[in-house]
Amino acid sequence: MRRNRQEQQKNHSIAQRLHIDIPLLLGILSLLALGLFLVYSAGGQETAVVYRKARSIGVALVGMFVVAQIPPLVYRKWAVPVFVLGLLLLISVLIFGHVGKGAQRWLDLGFIKFQPSEIMKLIVPIMIAWFVSQENLPVKISTVILAFILVLLPTLLIAKQPDLGTSLLIASSGIFVIFLAGASWRLIVVCLGLASAFAPILWFFLMKEYQKQRVLTFLNPEKDPLGSGYHIIQSKIAIGSGGIDGKGWLQGTQSQLEFLPERHTDFIFSVFSEEFGLIGVAALLGVYLFVVMRGLWIAVNAQHAFTKLLAGSLTLTFFVYVFVNIGMVSGLLPVVGVPLPLVSYGGTSMVTLMVGFGILMAISTHRRIHV
Amino acid sequence: MSPRRIVIRNRSAEANLFARRTFIAFIGVVLVVLILFANIYNLQVESFEKYQTRSNSNRIKLLPVAPNRGLIYDRNGVLLADNKPVYSLEVIAEDVDDIKASIAQVSLLLNISADRQRKFFKSMKRKRRFKPVELHSRLSDQQVALFSVNQHKYPGIFVNARLKRYYPFADLTTHTLGYVARINRKDLNKLEQADQSENYAATYAIGRLGIERYYENMLHGTIGHQEVEVNNQGRVIRTLNYTPPIPGKDLTLTLDIELQMIAKRALSGKRGAVVAMDPRTGGILAMYSNPSYDGNLFVHGISTKNYKKLLESKDLPLINRSVQSGYPPASTVKPFLALTGLEENVITPSTTINDPGWYQLAGLPNKYRDWKPWGHGIVNLNKAIEQSCNIYFYDLAFKLGITKISNMMQRFGFGERTGLDIHGESKGIMPSIAWKRARYNEPWYTGETLSVGIGQSFWTVTPLQLTQALTTLVNHGERKIPHLLKANTELIIESNGNTYHQITPINYEPPAPLVLKQEKNWDLVLNAMHNTVQKFGATAYKPFKGTTYDVSGKTGSAQVARIKQDEKYDAKTTSENKRDNAMFIAFAPFDNPEIVIAVAIENVAKGGGATNAAPVARQIMDQYFGDRVITSQASTMTYQIPAAIAMLPQEAD
Repeated sequence: MRRNRQEQQKNHSIAQRLHIDIPLLLGILSLLALGLFLVYSAGGQETAVVYRKARSIGVALVGMFVVAQIPPLVYRKWAVPVFVLGLLLLISVLIFGHVGKGAQRWLDLGFIKFQPSEIMKLIVPIMIAWFVSQENLPVKISTVILAFILVLLPTLLIAKQPDLGTSLLIASSGIFVIFLAGASWRLIVVCLGLASAFAPILWFFLMKEYQKQRVLTFLNPEKDPLGSGYHIIQSKIAIGSGGIDGKGWLQGTQSQLEFLPERHTDFIFSVFSEEFGLIGVAALLGVYLFVVMRGLWIAVNAQHAFTKLLAGSLTLTFFVYVFVNIGMVSGLLPVVGVPLPLVSYGGTSMVTLMVGFGILMAISTHRRIHV
Repeated sequence: MSPRRIVIRNRSAEANLFARRTFIAFIGVVLVVLILFANIYNLQVESFEKYQTRSNSNRIKLLPVAPNRGLIYDRNGVLLADNKPVYSLEVIAEDVDDIKASIAQVSLLLNISADRQRKFFKSMKRKRRFKPVELHSRLSDQQVALFSVNQHKYPGIFVNARLKRYYPFADLTTHTLGYVARINRKDLNKLEQADQSENYAATYAIGRLGIERYYENMLHGTIGHQEVEVNNQGRVIRTLNYTPPIPGKDLTLTLDIELQMIAKRALSGKRGAVVAMDPRTGGILAMYSNPSYDGNLFVHGISTKNYKKLLESKDLPLINRSVQSGYPPASTVKPFLALTGLEENVITPSTTINDPGWYQLAGLPNKYRDWKPWGHGIVNLNKAIEQSCNIYFYDLAFKLGITKISNMMQRFGFGERTGLDIHGESKGIMPSIAWKRARYNEPWYTGETLSVGIGQSFWTVTPLQLTQALTTLVNHGERKIPHLLKANTELIIESNGNTYHQITPINYEPPAPLVLKQEKNWDLVLNAMHNTVQKFGATAYKPFKGTTYDVSGKTGSAQVARIKQDEKYDAKTTSENKRDNAMFIAFAPFDNPEIVIAVAIENVAKGGGATNAAPVARQIMDQYFGDRVITSQASTMTYQIPAAIAMLPQEAD
């Protein structure tokens, strides 16, 4: 066993030493590159938009690389204080927050403006993974209930901003940990039942008018084709008119002639589908699936319950981005503000995602060294 | 979290559990990917055509391009209806750096009122920034010149030209040409019904009256299209395809604008109408109704004030008297009645009556008077027409009866529309027993037959009807349809792109001819009309004295107000609108007539047809024949008139 390990250590490649997971990196880079091309097409073919996107890609790659150097068990030590700090920040956002697009998400510290909810996307899975890995798996019911409360606190604070997309992602990151930790199936069924019972309460007491409107529009977009249904109708037209082989890069009329809203951010998948067709969609889904597979492979091969759970949760949450974004632009889900991960324009969420991948890489590469 | 609990972990069990759960999650991921893909497949493959169509209808817009309206010329190629550019000053807001300052400067330069500027800013707010907004419509030539010199200072502000209808002869042609006016809701409904609304999508104005309305289909042309790609705001990105419009057909009329001018001059200061026609074709040479109005007023949209003025004028300028006014024909129809008498064998050329100055039906007290108080004495057919003897025609009418008269007159077209290519023609009234029953629910009285005998009673005709009837008469029964359109000219675009003009003369199918049992009767009547003008002392001798061409005609003077028994008519004491109407019909030359004319003048102050209406006909004929000398080969004295009754009244009618 030891000899084997030493042998492997000898074989450690440069990538291993730099704590880079090559397959994962390839998947990520191809998505980032696609993002550059699409942002050029969707952003009115302006190079300035591409430069900005490239800059944030650079920052994100550096962030990923730096985070990959940190041994993952460090997070376990810091989980609780950081989580508490995160909650405090979320509360301060609600009190002092900066209003943008009708929601309070930003915290202005004078020298930097940032969204605490973004950081919580990483803190919550770390916290829950730490919490449930305190004892032997599978988790006990009491632990699950406590974990749920821990998830619910930041979720509700973020939903209150209101930012439905992010609170959804944060909730799922926590729930994935609980699921992977082996919560009993009976409990899962009961929770699903409770969730559906909670839905009417959500509708009548918690959801804001514009959020309800989004759901209604999702159910029947043609009711108000020039108003609230406009986004989703134009998006479906863009996707549908792409056909099998697409209209070609920069040739998508829906995006080039600006019929499509939010082209370079949330609706970039529609631009992609219009210009590259079903063939492109199949390839893109393939790349996403590959990244998810690699992430799950890293999780399964991780050494500790904490790292396993964290890697699994990060990977599955990444997939939730994919699912919610593609689902919403193609009319399967109501429109909530979730970007297409790594491809959409928008620095903050990409940096968070890349830091997440940095953690994954750390889990993948540090496992044999620090035990 | 301290004191720290010591957990003894079963690592391989945990790993197994985790691997199982991960595998389940992965299965879930694959399922979700498949669902996403199936949905995209449904959109891009199953519903591809639907979304492709919607995508195209998003981006491709058809911009209609209006065709140029056909021009209208007179018979000699003089332009009567033109398309003239009208200049407007327009602004594209997004191309102007400082809109407020630029507009202020341009307004100062061109003297544009503050009110217009306010209107501009108001409509600018409602339009997209890349769409042109009008700052000033109908710039004067001076304003256009002034702005053109300074244009370089004002990017985004420019002069735009649009073609608008223009009638260079203004009121001279309005009653015949009509005019175009802005398409209104009623027009739209009609176009909708005729399935033409698409063809008019870019058209601003439509023929509202006269030739412009009647030949709207020929004049309008076919719409063209510019197929453009637009973005979400409707901004045109590029032109994909262009189908040019096909201009409307140019029309050449039978009208002679010079005769029209003479007609206007001859009628100036009078209310009335004149129609001149070529009896060989039915083509209208002149048709003028006085007073007239300027059709150009309606092209730009007439002001309420001006329209009210036209509408309320007691001279009724809006009425085209040539075809819309029914006048009692009076003595002008005596030749037609004489022909009826001959044809029905009620009279012969040598039948005579004694005219004591009045006529009385047996057993009735009413006396029907001649215009000449002491009568014409012994009168035969020829003298009856020459001298316009009422008593002769009272007797003739009495002998014929209303039914025979009415039937024959209907064959001349009285009481029917002539079929002229202008809408709104009046039928006039040719009374009959059935007509009176239907109209008044009263029986026909013999006294009314006598009045019909001198072209009065209920009988009304339009000047155009008189022209048409006279044409039938001079043509010996060959009838013609009066018309204004001579030919149209079409721009033909061949498939190879070559274009040429194709001129199509218009043929008018003549109605069935009027065939008499005795063909010689035509000449008997026509000769009498010839004498009426040519014979010294006959009723129309004076007005045509000295002509170099050979005229024939018949005067008429219609009573407008009913005159009581034994009351004398005096124009001076009768109110203006109850004074007599003067009528006149004429044709020339006597052999192979080229022109027939009917004149009607309302409420003349003095005299009758010979003094008021005949000179109008003469002026037109003088112009028509110019210096041509045409005299009849036939004798002007076909019938011998007893010398005893060849008395010459001074003001004869």
